[in-house]
Amino acid sequence: MKVTEKDVKYIAQLSRLAVAESEMQKFTEQFNQILNYADILQKINTEGVEPTAHVLPINNVLRADEALPGVTNAEALKNAPAVHNGGFKVPRVIE
Amino acid sequence: MRQNYITVVGLEVHAELKTKSKAFCSCSTAFGSEPNTHVCPVCLGMPGALPVLNKQVVEFAIRAGLALNCTINKFSKFDRKNYFYPDLAKNYQISQFDQPICEHGRVEVLVDGKKKTIGITRIHMEEDAGKLVHSGATISTSDSSDVDYNRAGVPLIEIVSEPDMRSAEEARAYMEQLKAILEYTDVCDCKMEEGSIRCDANISIMPEGAKEFGTRAEIKNLNSFRALVRAVDYEVARQAEILDDGGHIVQETRTWDDINGVTLSMRSKEEAQDYRYFPEPDLVPVVLDDAWIDRVKSELPELPAARKERLVAAGIPEESATLIVTTKEMADYYDAGAKQTKDVKGLANWILGDVSAYLNNNAITIDKFKVSPEHLAGLVDLIGKGVLSSKLAKKVFAEMVKDDEAPQALVKKLGLEQVSDAGAIGKIVDEVLAKNPQSVADFKAGKDRAIGFLVGQVMKASHGKANPGMVNKMLKEKMQ
Repeated sequence: MKVTEKDVKYIAQLSRLAVAESEMQKFTEQFNQILNYADILQKINTEGVEPTAHVLPINNVLRADEALPGVTNAEALKNAPAVHNGGFKVPRVIE
Repeated sequence: MRQNYITVVGLEVHAELKTKSKAFCSCSTAFGSEPNTHVCPVCLGMPGALPVLNKQVVEFAIRAGLALNCTINKFSKFDRKNYFYPDLAKNYQISQFDQPICEHGRVEVLVDGKKKTIGITRIHMEEDAGKLVHSGATISTSDSSDVDYNRAGVPLIEIVSEPDMRSAEEARAYMEQLKAILEYTDVCDCKMEEGSIRCDANISIMPEGAKEFGTRAEIKNLNSFRALVRAVDYEVARQAEILDDGGHIVQETRTWDDINGVTLSMRSKEEAQDYRYFPEPDLVPVVLDDAWIDRVKSELPELPAARKERLVAAGIPEESATLIVTTKEMADYYDAGAKQTKDVKGLANWILGDVSAYLNNNAITIDKFKVSPEHLAGLVDLIGKGVLSSKLAKKVFAEMVKDDEAPQALVKKLGLEQVSDAGAIGKIVDEVLAKNPQSVADFKAGKDRAIGFLVGQVMKASHGKANPGMVNKMLKEKMQ
């Protein structure tokens, strides 16, 4: 077992996901299955092969520097749980 | 400090690029608009929205890299830097991690008359975050904050220096030089007060003779040159006190409190930052060829260092030249004035003396200064020609700053023409000699200092208008 429950808790915390205690074992197993699969790939000799930066063989997709209207303030805030002074109102940011 | 410590400073400078639209969407980058009015699904982090890179961002990054003597990497890519904070709608920032666009640069600075080279580790492209307006006076006394995403997605370059600076003054000089280069190349408008250029400092100290750097603290929120200098000095003293007491420095992020002049620990959480960088799958790599890089190189304007050399070659002392080229506006002002007068040294002295004092006293920059460079050059010439004494020139200058009237016209209007008429001066000289027989006797007895007193008396009687050179000469002639 490479990944322990402690790792799963840490990753869940970094991802802001609430994982129930009852699911811990299942997730830990699944994480390890994924890593075991990656281990198979690790065995391939990749000497002299550039790491893949992107799966598609294309570069330089660029747009001209031109400013265009986006959405209105009302549209932007439509899904916001709380709004104040035209902004997204969020709870206290630091502990 | 019980022991002597060496200060080690490295800076991370974020500069907003002067593009019209954001880095990965077409929203405007205009500053100071109503909250959340320059936003779209991309910069609001809506699911399914796709970023597309702004070509001008690449162009500016190459330009800045070349101006800072960097190697331009022909292959670079974007990565996601993951963290949770409300100023990032996507919960990740698009940045560059292991393959930035520029590396291995350097900048030369002048501190206390000594040249020093500061290395630049890398320059990478990334997006700015949104802005938080806290409900209370400070972040820690606020129950809530309002998020404005107008700034989210505005393109930045982050310029990371080597830990090459050994004092607050060197850090300041580096920052000033960097700002000047970014202004000259026109990639950033460098308004510190609007946050378009910002700086974080990595500061550590090590005992004299030590081989390894000490543990560093990263100081954020340095919004002015003054804040940078004060924060370095404060941090060095704080860390020295801890080491002197046998403690050790914790590697941490601290924020600069400008009002109280202290740095405060920011992160109380038990876990260290883990950004989990990975390649940004929504953006394809940036591949540059020689033709592109060479074209940008050929379009580079004259940089501060070259401009300084040109001023020095024209006869301006190096320290004055360094000060003049610190801002592009002042250097342009000098150049415009230098076209009108041969006395460039006099012009430089006026710019760094009376003009700078006026700007400081009125808290304005030279682009808001009313006196045109042509008129300032005219004033310098009037002194050179002997029309005005330097004392009277100051009087004319005090009028010029109001409406930029031509100095020649003001001299007439104020009746300040220097009297160079031998008859008129001779008359006053005769009167002064008659009234001061003791000084005349002193002079004849070999006391050279007496002449100073007599010149002063003539100047006083002429209300400062007599040509001092002529007065001097005439007094000597008449006393022989």
